[in-house]
Formats: sequence, structure tokens, C-alpha cells
Amino acid sequence: MLWYIGRRLLQVIPVFLGATLLLYGLVFLRPGDPVAALGGERGLSPAAELAIREAYHLDQPFFMQYLYFLKGVFTFDMGVTFTGRPVVDVIAQAFPVTFQLALMAIVIETVFGIGFGLYAGIRKGKLFDSTVLLWSLLLISLPTFVIGFVMQAVVGVQLGWLPITAGRDPDFISLLMPAIVLATTSFAYILRLTRTSVVENITADFVRTARAKGLPRGKVMTRHVLRNSLIPVVTFIGIDLGNLMAGSIVTEGIFNINGVGGTLYQAIVRGENVTVVSLSTVLVVVYIFANLLVDVFYAVLDPRIRYA
Amino acid sequence: MPDNRYEKTPRPGQERYVAPPEEVKVGVIDAVDTSEAPSSLWADAWRDMRHRALFWVSAALIVFVVLMAVFPGLFTTTSPTECHLEDSLGGPTAGHIFGFDKQGCDIYARAVYGARASVTVGILSTVFVVVIGTLIGAIAGYFGGWLDTVLSRFTDIFFAVPFVLAAIVIMSLLDDRNALVVAVVLAVFGWTSIARITRGAVLGVKNNEFVTAAKALGMSRGAILGKHVLPNSAAPIIVYATVALGTFIVAEATLSFLGIGLPTSTVSWGGDLDKAQESIRIAPEIMIYPATALALTVLSFIMMGDVVRDALDPKARKR
Repeated sequence: MLWYIGRRLLQVIPVFLGATLLLYGLVFLRPGDPVAALGGERGLSPAAELAIREAYHLDQPFFMQYLYFLKGVFTFDMGVTFTGRPVVDVIAQAFPVTFQLALMAIVIETVFGIGFGLYAGIRKGKLFDSTVLLWSLLLISLPTFVIGFVMQAVVGVQLGWLPITAGRDPDFISLLMPAIVLATTSFAYILRLTRTSVVENITADFVRTARAKGLPRGKVMTRHVLRNSLIPVVTFIGIDLGNLMAGSIVTEGIFNINGVGGTLYQAIVRGENVTVVSLSTVLVVVYIFANLLVDVFYAVLDPRIRYA
Repeated sequence: MPDNRYEKTPRPGQERYVAPPEEVKVGVIDAVDTSEAPSSLWADAWRDMRHRALFWVSAALIVFVVLMAVFPGLFTTTSPTECHLEDSLGGPTAGHIFGFDKQGCDIYARAVYGARASVTVGILSTVFVVVIGTLIGAIAGYFGGWLDTVLSRFTDIFFAVPFVLAAIVIMSLLDDRNALVVAVVLAVFGWTSIARITRGAVLGVKNNEFVTAAKALGMSRGAILGKHVLPNSAAPIIVYATVALGTFIVAEATLSFLGIGLPTSTVSWGGDLDKAQESIRIAPEIMIYPATALALTVLSFIMMGDVVRDALDPKARKR
């Protein structure tokens, strides 16, 4: 087991380096000179421009700049934004909000997705099953932002049940609607995934055995059917954590939340390369480690994987 | 005690009968009925699919949308870009069954003409993704060794960058945006799943007897990959590609909604949704039309993927 985790950790290193280099290259190849733009119409004095270029290592070749950036990532010193705020501060402020949002979304999609999926799988072919399947397809087909605006207009404005925007320092209630919106697509996927594996497992031999030996129906469903159906779902949830954090770009924009997504989008629009790369790196790291966690968890659940 | 089970005299009717060698010719036993072609995976799948209503519904929808994308003039004679501000937010009238949007453009015409952008981006990115993903996945899976290690890590790197994030970053860098550019950008970070699926499928196929036979017959490795391995790994790729087409259409709409997809001069469902959300408080019904068109298109491709997957999977096939 330790051997397996060690091997997987080693594999993370090239992936992390490659992905950050890719992102760094993408952002820094963008046309336009941020330093020149800093001066506005009048332009900077040559001395000031030189000083800024040296301070940000912009006079160095691309690869050296990347190495400086990596050094910054590991020493938690990623430079400052255009307004002079340390990027680490921005991350420290934005990250908890997005993390809370993503966590709420995961709880919502897991609880409802597995619940609905299990029930639909048990009652395969019945009215509930076909209704839920159709609705899940519809949720997958609709872009998140459409669901967001409709929820905002109906639940927020017309019914007035939930606040329509979150703003600064959002609490649980104001994050509830964004979390539901963020969760919809993944909810549909989890539902379908759970349903498929429940349908598959319910006819398995071990379930028949469990029933034959007289185990109560509820126990058969939870201990035997559900437990075995959860393996693909767990994989999906782990990978989804990263997607949720990236998907928050749209959701946070709609609900005006100052999280990673909202900050990232504004930084992209303003051309703040340092902030974009740093925030993206955080997202990529979360994504990579969520995948790693899934692999380890998967190996715990299914020993065959460890020795493959 | 001696084991004499086999020496018991058989009861009547239980005598073992061994045919004399000359009675049945070996050729007769080994002969395969060649008068009828063996039913292939795809023939079986087709036989299954054509009895399913869902297949015909999604096929009809796909044909309808593609027709709308290629010949929008068949469905409307109104121009989507001929707008009169005095019609702004006007309700349905004769000849304008869905009414007008904020700019006074005919909503029905825009919904019809918007199909082209979505379908073009969806099909182009799917084609790119299938080509890149199949190539990388097949080489990694078939040749194995260090090539597999390098290509798999390469795939991991692209997989580690969230798809939406990468698309947003790249699109925000570009000034000259059109359907081709959007499709390429979506494909550059969207091919990883296909590569992984292909690699897995190729690994499963490449040790089959018919591959060994082809090798023994002296077929070159490239020819084996192209003629035997890839056609037999195609099923999961096609299923995934069909579903991916739907997600690419959603991604294009999301980019256009963020203002970094197709330019506003292009009629697209994503762009129209973005414009509709500005007036959602006064005229929420405007959003319904492009949203329904988009959802139906995506739905038809996802349903088609589902049907094909069920038809190709003998376990799920209802007999």
C-alpha cells in the first residue's frame, strides 16, 4: 500500500510541473505588455519601467521566469497584484469561500444524487425511474448559467426564498443557491452513475445470496447493493472537486461571490498575469491531489488496483 | 478396493458410441456455415437500436438540428440580423411566432440561425478530439513501453488543467475569434478522456488471437493497428464522442455567455442567452427559446450516445 502511494506521489511531480508550465506559458504568451499598460497614457519613466521589470524578473528569459514562479509557489511568495496586494493574500481570502461553496455543492450532489439514483435503480423501469432519468438528462443538457439565472429569477426574485447574491463574507444561506446551481450538473451525473451500478449490482449473485439467507431488505440494499455501487461514484466525486472549483468561475460570476472563480475571471479580464497563473495553479494543485486521493481511496476499496 | 467405475457394464441406452474414423469427415465437423455473414457487433447493435423509440427520437432531432444549421432558410424567411428597435420586447405577432428580443430582432429567426454556430463548434471539436485522442491513446496502448509512459504522462498533464479554466484563459488571449478557433481551443484541452478510453480499449484488444494471427501472417505493426486493433476498439470511442459533442456545445455557449466565445456579430444560442439574461426580470420568456433549442440539441446527442452504448453492450441488451 505504501509502495503504491509512493509511486503515485512520484507520478504527481511531472504532472504538476507540466501543467503549471503549460498554464504559465499560456498566460505569458498573451499579447500586450502589462508593464507598459501600467503607465497608462503618459507612459512610465524608463527608470521606473526598468525597476518594475527587474522586480518581476521580466527581463529574464521565459524559462527562468517560470523557475522564479515555481520558487514563489513553494515559498508562498507569489508576488503582488497590480494594486499592490500580495497574491497569497488574495488566495487566502478567496480560497475559503470557494472551498465552502464546492463543499456544499458536493454534499448536495452526493446526498441527492445517491439517494435518487438508489431509489431509481431499485425501481428500475417504473414511473419514478423514467421521470428522474429524463430530468437528469435535461439538467446535463442545460448550461449551468441558464439554471443559475432561472433560479435567481424564480427562487430569488419572484418567490424571495433565498438571497440572489452573496457579496463579501457570504454566510451559509446566501451560498445555498449558488451551491445548488453549481451542483446540478454533477448531481445528474452522480444520479445516473449510481442508478446504473445499482441496476447492475441488484441482480448480482452476492445480493441473491444475502436475500436467500434471510437478511432484511433494507440491510441488503445498504450493505450489499449500495456499498458496491459506490466505487464509481467515489471516483467521480473526487474528480468533480476540481471541476467544481473551475466551474465556480461561471457560478461565482452570476452570484457575485468573491471566491477563486470570481477573482480569477476578473484577473483574466484585467490581464493580471501573476494572479491568473497563481490562482490557476491553486486550482490545478487541488485537482491533482483530489485525483491522487481518489486513486488511493480506490486502491483501499479494491486491492486489485494496487498490484496492477 | 480397485476402482472399477469405468468397467461397469452400461445400462441400456447409456452405451458410449464412438464413430469409426471414416464415418464422419473432419472437414464436415470443422466446416463453418459461410452462406450467411457472421453477425458483427455493429449489425447486432443496429438490430437492437432500430426497435427503440429513443433512437428514432434522437436521430430525428439530430437530423432536424443539422438541417437547421446547414439550410436555415428552409425554416424561416426572416433575417436574424434585421432588427427594429420599435419592436423591442414585442410579443408574438403573425409571422413572428416567438416575438422579439430587446434589440427588436425576431427570436424565432435567431433561434433557427443560432443552430449553425453550435453545431459547427460541436462537430468540429468532436472531430479534432477524436483524431488527437485516438492517435495518442492508440499509440500509447499499442506500442507500450517508454512511449506509453511518455504519452500517458503527457495526457495526465493536459488532464490536470480543468477544461473550462483552460478554455477561458486561452479564449481571453485571442482577439480574432470564430467557430474554428473556439473548436480548436475546446479540443486542445478536451482530448484527454478519449485518449484514455482509446488506450484502455486498445490494451484490451491487442492481445486477442486475431491480432497474433495477423502478426504471424507478417502484417506490419501499423497495418495491424489500423486494420484490426482500431476498428475493434471503436465502440467506446464513438459512444464517448457522441456525448462529448453535447458537452462541447454547452461549453461553447458558456464561453459565448462569458463574452469570450464567438463574437457578438455571430448569431449563436450562447450569445442570445447572454443577451436574454440582461432582460430576464422584465421578459423572462426570451431566454426560453435559445435555452430550449440548446438543451434539445445537447439532449439529442446525449440520448443517442446512451442508446448506442446500450446497444453495443450485450449485457444491457434486452432480448
